[in-house]
Amino acid sequence: MRIRRLLVANRGEIAARVIRTCARLGIESVLAASDADLDSLPARCADRVVRLGPAPAAQSYLDPAAVVRAAVVVGADAVHPGYGFLSENPALATACDEAGIVFVGPTVASLHAVGDKLTARSHAVAAGLPVVPGGEAADLAAAQAVAAEVGYPLLVKAVGGGGGRGMKLVRSAEELPGTLALAVSEAAAAFGDARVYLERYVASGRHVEVQVLGDGVSAVALGDRDCSVQRRYQKLFEEAPAPAIPDHVHADMAAAALALAAHLGYRGLGTVELLYDRDRQTFSFLEMNARIQVEHPVTEMVTGLDLVAEQIAVAEGLPLRLRQEDITLTGHAVECRINAEDWADDFRPAPGRIERVVLPAGDGIRVDTHVQGGSVVPPHYDSLLAKLVVHGTDRADALARARAALELLRIDGVVTTAPMHRALLDDDEFAAGGVDTAFFERFLADRRQPAGVS
Amino acid sequence: MDLTPDDVRDVVRALDSSGLDELHLELADLTLTVRREGAAGWTAEHRVLREPALEGSAEPAVAAEPERARAALPDGTVAVHPPLLGTFYRAPAPGAPPFVDVGDAVDEETVIGIVETMKMMTSVHAGVRGTVVEFRTGNGEFADADAVLLVVEPAGETP
Repeated sequence: MRIRRLLVANRGEIAARVIRTCARLGIESVLAASDADLDSLPARCADRVVRLGPAPAAQSYLDPAAVVRAAVVVGADAVHPGYGFLSENPALATACDEAGIVFVGPTVASLHAVGDKLTARSHAVAAGLPVVPGGEAADLAAAQAVAAEVGYPLLVKAVGGGGGRGMKLVRSAEELPGTLALAVSEAAAAFGDARVYLERYVASGRHVEVQVLGDGVSAVALGDRDCSVQRRYQKLFEEAPAPAIPDHVHADMAAAALALAAHLGYRGLGTVELLYDRDRQTFSFLEMNARIQVEHPVTEMVTGLDLVAEQIAVAEGLPLRLRQEDITLTGHAVECRINAEDWADDFRPAPGRIERVVLPAGDGIRVDTHVQGGSVVPPHYDSLLAKLVVHGTDRADALARARAALELLRIDGVVTTAPMHRALLDDDEFAAGGVDTAFFERFLADRRQPAGVS
Repeated sequence: MDLTPDDVRDVVRALDSSGLDELHLELADLTLTVRREGAAGWTAEHRVLREPALEGSAEPAVAAEPERARAALPDGTVAVHPPLLGTFYRAPAPGAPPFVDVGDAVDEETVIGIVETMKMMTSVHAGVRGTVVEFRTGNGEFADADAVLLVVEPAGETP
């Protein structure tokens, strides 16, 4: 079915991003906006805007019934959920199916298969992917049995969690009972699902992920990304391809991701997250994200593809337009997430009014943002203001160009993390490439020396 | 009509080959200033002026400011404000007992609640030693930076 009118059920930069592709494809875009976003930049760019609900996300962007109601009211024939919010919630996909509206995402069955982290893990095993040693912890005795096999330190993870949410580190057997009990009650409160499982904690691991696109019959791998620069499991900087990994491991990771996509009969964009062991040069399956990712532009830069357009095409029921041999990766791309946070004050959030936005421009530079002079950044949602994406001939070129672009970027009115990215890009260990997920905390600790941060 | 990054890049290319250093464009729906910043490269300042095309007459709900959060304090009491604006939670998790309740003793360091701002949680400390006499912001309510979360009757000077 050809999509003619699409409801964008999200906000921020991804809403602006989806609207841009709609305009290019001749699809009418209708933004479903909360009261806090009715005057936002995406609202000005969309063909039309429909009110979704009050500012708190639970009453707007997280309410499947409100989204479907908005889609019906405006006569949309498709809903794009963006990332976060309801993007991987089977309730929205189901409600869309029942209303005869195309959900731009995977099938309800796929969302169930990968949304439950234990089920996703068993699918990965069935598809032949290596997984981190671990298992379900139905009670303390079961947890102790699993812990005896995987050893300490280990992670307690919520079955309903993901994306860094619902994880706890256990350093020793003495800590297990207390941490397990806390994890169970927090999982029940946060995800409505008290189940947890244990996984070996890999101290020096990198977060590497493979982008896949499937049409339900076949799938292609669109290269990998490295997202190891994280603070408290939140990504700050991403790049494609993942640096300092042998060619044959890149190929093996792509093959593993495709095996999982084939096993699931996957349709849509998906990301297979892997834990890459720096010492052993091996990888294990972590989880699969059944949506477009924040960091998708680095893949777009090196592949030359519009992933939102491809996502819409397979949602329309079209077969893949790409064969694996058509996909070539050119150069290296990096993304700096510019957040409204003060990194000099423990990343204190900084909502407020934007006075002026001046962005670097030119070949190989792309800034995805939802703010301009006069925009209000509400306190109700995440702090992402803009993504500075830079493409270079190789990693060193991309980093050098990113440094120059950061000097030109100016967002006045709120404190941003742009200075943090300048410091990051000047760091020798980071510049060498292939840092692990523990790197950023070390980087911060080094800067908390008496000299302080400026 | 919005300009895409590709459009802006094309403008930069055209300027670059023309030898011009700056272009300022004003249309009904947008303004764009593209400028050469010396050897560092180019910048673009872009504003979409077009008003959102809002469906129907649905007026946004005006957030009702709880009156009591602004009312005057009883003599001799101290207000506890959030460290930054956000959604106030009285308990560490849904269903959990509140951090403190009316009648509880607090000191400067006592955590009396959590404020969620941009999905980040910040503990709220009482900042004063005394007894909680009243809550003025309910669980899950939004609080501006100057809102009164709760009221404390300070303890006497004797430690």
